[in-house]
Amino acid sequence: MRFLLVEDNPELSCSVADRLRLDGHAVDSAASLSEARDCLAAAGYDLILLDISLPDGDGRDFLKSERRAGRDTPIIVMTARAAVSDRVDVLDLGADDYVTKPFDFAELEARCRAVLRRRGSALQTVRAFAGLTFNPLTATLTIGPETRELRNRELRLFEILLSAPDRIFSKAHLCDRLFSYAEAVTDNAIEVYVGRLRRKLEGSGARIETVRGIGYRLVAE
Amino acid sequence: MKQAPMSLRRRLVLQLLGIAAVLAILLYLTVRTVANSAAEATQDGVLGAATMAIAERLQGGDTGVSLDLPYEAFSILGSISDDRIFYRVDANGETLTGYADLPLPRHAAPSVEPVFFSDFYREFAVRIAVTNRAVLVNRQPILVTVAVAQTRQGQEAIAQRTANLAAAIGLAAFALAALLSMLTAGSVLGPINRLADAVGRRGPHDLRAVDHPSPEELRPLVTSLNGFIARLRGALSRTETFIAEAAHHIRTPLATVRARAEIALRQSEADETRETMRAVIRAVEESSRSASQLLDHATVVYRSDRLADGPVDLSKLLQGLARSHGPTAELRDLTISVSGADCPVTVQGDRLLLESALRNLIDNAIKYSPPETEIALSLAARDGKAVIAVRDRGRGLGGRSQPELARRFVRGANVDDVVGSGLGLTIVEEVAEIHGGSFLLTERKGGGTCAELVLPLR
Repeated sequence: MRFLLVEDNPELSCSVADRLRLDGHAVDSAASLSEARDCLAAAGYDLILLDISLPDGDGRDFLKSERRAGRDTPIIVMTARAAVSDRVDVLDLGADDYVTKPFDFAELEARCRAVLRRRGSALQTVRAFAGLTFNPLTATLTIGPETRELRNRELRLFEILLSAPDRIFSKAHLCDRLFSYAEAVTDNAIEVYVGRLRRKLEGSGARIETVRGIGYRLVAE
Repeated sequence: MKQAPMSLRRRLVLQLLGIAAVLAILLYLTVRTVANSAAEATQDGVLGAATMAIAERLQGGDTGVSLDLPYEAFSILGSISDDRIFYRVDANGETLTGYADLPLPRHAAPSVEPVFFSDFYREFAVRIAVTNRAVLVNRQPILVTVAVAQTRQGQEAIAQRTANLAAAIGLAAFALAALLSMLTAGSVLGPINRLADAVGRRGPHDLRAVDHPSPEELRPLVTSLNGFIARLRGALSRTETFIAEAAHHIRTPLATVRARAEIALRQSEADETRETMRAVIRAVEESSRSASQLLDHATVVYRSDRLADGPVDLSKLLQGLARSHGPTAELRDLTISVSGADCPVTVQGDRLLLESALRNLIDNAIKYSPPETEIALSLAARDGKAVIAVRDRGRGLGGRSQPELARRFVRGANVDDVVGSGLGLTIVEEVAEIHGGSFLLTERKGGGTCAELVLPLR
């Protein structure tokens, strides 16, 4: 996905951008509303991540003016105030969703996906691999005539493996990305999900290989 | 230790009773005195008439004074009572007839009009009337004194009756006064009691100004009470602003820390570093959650005094919350189902507070549910109440009671490593209370927790 990140705190902006790029997203950063407008004029984005308090104005005014002008790029507001009234405000002003700082990137991604799905986004995310097509927005695998639905963790696991076929992902790495840090899980918990995903991949040319003692990788037969 | 001053009511009643008692005693004395003197006047009238009648019959002659005692005079006296009668007629200092030892006034000048006085004679209290006449004997005037006495038993009996009557009147007057003083105390203290009631009836979070109509004397009290309330509200409002500011200033760097930690975790292969990074992320999560809930809690406390009292459609609210929590639940393969929210169920209340309460309940359900279970949100209107239930298949209450769990910063015994602040249920309970509803936390049949928020439909 291509993000426009509007955040004036340079350290946070840099960290968030780095973090999103780790997941394979493209990120442009804007430190002010005017920079954000310049970026929007120059390029199209799948999603805008918008801070509220910016040096040259209030993010909510930007939100209002964008919506009034009929531009409907999905906007997720990043708020630090977290007062109930602030959350309700931004939704009333036309934001698609909000996250409270500090946010969980897995949750942010889930919210982005939910927003895009709700918007019926035309975002071309369908990927083909070894005889299957994968649509992360609808969480479906299509193998031949058959369409299989993936549950969220299966979906995320497949996304990770598919991001770098043939590369070995360690159990620990997969756990970190699948489970929240607040959950205590053993590395073996991942096996359950690998097992399920394997069943859903049956009939396609894609296979999850166990690399003993190290982890898993996705291979095409 | 200072003793509490006497209650106003008791003080007022006692003082009024004191006044009533004094008035009753005065009334008693007055009635008695007037009645006694009336009885005395009656006796005096009859005694005087008898004395005059005897004096009329005095006749002078050449040799001396002769008297033909008019027995009808004594019968007049006998007619008013059974008292004994004594008489004495003296001429020139010598007793002509009657009781020579009957006392006469010592210093009174002789007079034709009867003179009355009281004295004792033969151990009786007597009333004596004395009159003088000059009778010609041998053409010489001789002063004749006629004294008639009557014992006072009859009069005393009358006096006793009058005294009894006077006492009865006094007591009756006292009783009436006592009754009236109670009524007066009640009506005078009424406004104070009503004001105290109005203030006492307020909920613990009610910080609206007191606008109870009160009499002029109580107005300074009400004014200063309202002053206190306003200052308290100001302090709460500053606290809320402060917490919001603090949250803002803490959250931005925390977000940086979290993002960096996640990046480091992703890029590191060393187990030790990874463990450290996980701990950092958990700590960040915990502090941000605490900050949110402290702020929520401050908001609840602050808003409760000026409740945005409008119609809130619970079905819309519940659907919105289900949607906004969808992605979070999805991350753990949890599904959120909503039932009973197809048609509007409207309550009177503060949307933000209700949302805050429900958000906390749903957050809890998501946190404590095992993956791939369902969180059931339901809405029902029955018996004039709206019931919102959040049911999960989580770990239940772990043996702790609801009052315990709802206490500030108390968490279940079975939370293990789940991050939380212990403020969530406190917020829910306070919101329920503010809206005149209730909050019920029970173990769900078949495992899990059932949290019910019951609000009055108005």
